[in-house]
Amino acid sequence: MTPLEIEALGLSLLVSGWAVAGSLPLGLACAWLLARCDFPGKAVVDGLIHLPLVLPPVVVGYVLLVVLGRRGVVGSWLFDWFGVTIAFTWKGAAIASAVIAFPLMVRAIRLSLEGVDRGLEQAARTLGCGPVRTFFSVTLPLMLPGVLTGVILSFARSLSEFGATITFVSNIPGETRTLPIALYALTQTPGGDAAALRLCVISVVVAFAALLASELLSRRLQARLKA
Amino acid sequence: MLKLSVRRRQGAFQLDVDLAAGAGVTALYGRSGSGKTSVINMVAGLARPDSGRIEVDGKVLFDSAAGIDLAPERRRLGYVFQEHRLFPHLSVRGNLVFGRNRLPAAERGVDFDQVVEVLGIGSLLDRRPANLSGGEKQRVAIGRALLASPRILLMDEPLAALDSARKAELLPFIATLSRRFAIPILYVSHAMDEVLRLADTLALMDAGRVAVAGPLERLMADPALRPLTGRYEAGAVVSAIVASHDAAYGVSRLSFAGGTLLVSRNDFPVGAKVRVRIHARDIAIAIDPPERVSIRNVLPAVVSSVTPADSFLVDVVLSCGGAPLWVQITALAQAQLGLVPGMRVHALIKALTIARGDVAGHEDP
Repeated sequence: MTPLEIEALGLSLLVSGWAVAGSLPLGLACAWLLARCDFPGKAVVDGLIHLPLVLPPVVVGYVLLVVLGRRGVVGSWLFDWFGVTIAFTWKGAAIASAVIAFPLMVRAIRLSLEGVDRGLEQAARTLGCGPVRTFFSVTLPLMLPGVLTGVILSFARSLSEFGATITFVSNIPGETRTLPIALYALTQTPGGDAAALRLCVISVVVAFAALLASELLSRRLQARLKA
Repeated sequence: MLKLSVRRRQGAFQLDVDLAAGAGVTALYGRSGSGKTSVINMVAGLARPDSGRIEVDGKVLFDSAAGIDLAPERRRLGYVFQEHRLFPHLSVRGNLVFGRNRLPAAERGVDFDQVVEVLGIGSLLDRRPANLSGGEKQRVAIGRALLASPRILLMDEPLAALDSARKAELLPFIATLSRRFAIPILYVSHAMDEVLRLADTLALMDAGRVAVAGPLERLMADPALRPLTGRYEAGAVVSAIVASHDAAYGVSRLSFAGGTLLVSRNDFPVGAKVRVRIHARDIAIAIDPPERVSIRNVLPAVVSSVTPADSFLVDVVLSCGGAPLWVQITALAQAQLGLVPGMRVHALIKALTIARGDVAGHEDP
């Protein structure tokens, strides 16, 4: 692989990894909220969480820029108090990816949570486990296959994130030039076709490997529960 | 000792239950929908009474007046559910020690090895629940609840999901649990054969209330409770002790309050305490003791009550040395004998009518 390819691939993995790791706790919380709680305005929350799934990614990117940009509502505050800049950095790329992939993660986790037998949780309670302990010793292990699916799906979605990323953090070599963005740049460059094709192949291989790994892991987990 | 007095409204259904359960097995019996499971759930803290008070061994678990409502995990009760509810991601061993591991070492009163031995699950410890048969699963579930060293063991129709062979295999285990581990059991069931086999105390539930509660022998002999004990062949249950076996004639002698009862041969050791079910239709009444008769059991008795069951049948309760016997005779027989309370009569019971299945081991709690 060329240095450009290695850089783009490494950056993609870094950005997607952080996007997933950062959004997982929030994803679990949102899935819990939607699966287990009833509150007024639940439909609105549900809609907001799923919005990035149907909005053009460019819209998401632009909103992020307005909010988190150096002069944005939150962004200016972050810069003034902590000296942190998010826009046009890899952190911004991770946030953009996380927002776009979030609905996929929440959906998968929520489904697995709804599949957990509440009777088992009740049994754990009668055996002396408080609610938190019950969650970690019974609920979470039982929903692990779904959590894993959510993680891999959102990781794969993050890898392919383009619209929101380029709008929010642009195309900066070594900072925000992930695989799809490098690929797009190459297609805009005369004579870049061969290199673009190589990036295409790399993208397909990485995405496919992620899906395959998820399927295998999920099968092993399911088998452990059944055997 | 469990004391409970609770009220709870469930839709159009009103539960209003007063119940005390002491040592041994207390069976909460009633037909489906009479509110049995709700009662046990309220004891466990899985359902909240609207008002009332629940107390186990002097510890208040719930008291609406005092604003006490302990979370399920702080009640120290064992719960065996109708479906085993084993944790599929843990091995049998992991399931067994699940509750035990949450107890301080000093409070683990029930011994792991003893539970494993009594329930016969030693060879299953490293298996996963998915690989167990229905009966094995339920045994592990019982072990799991026992090992949490509970103040009381709640069992919600633990045999209902099993076929009759598995049921027959598990009943003897359950029958010995309460005594072996010195833990009182509240046993919810709508199967009278289980209740007759297990219960020391019987609480009959009807339409959200405990209609009557007391020693099983007394309640079973009461024809007035027939609508509640119903759906089961009428008959009394008497406590007895195995006196001797006669292998040559294939009979056993049981001694009970009313004398000696000759029954079909059984396998209980001499001296064992047993419980005998005598069907109301299998007893005849004679005013004078019959002579030269094939019937082996001729027991002197006094008529306690005479009540028409329907237009053709009459329920007669006899007191046989203090043990109540329930007899069904035809209205025609009553018309000729003219039985009235206080009359001295003889109860005739064919030895053959008391089969093996009617005699069950039953130690005092």
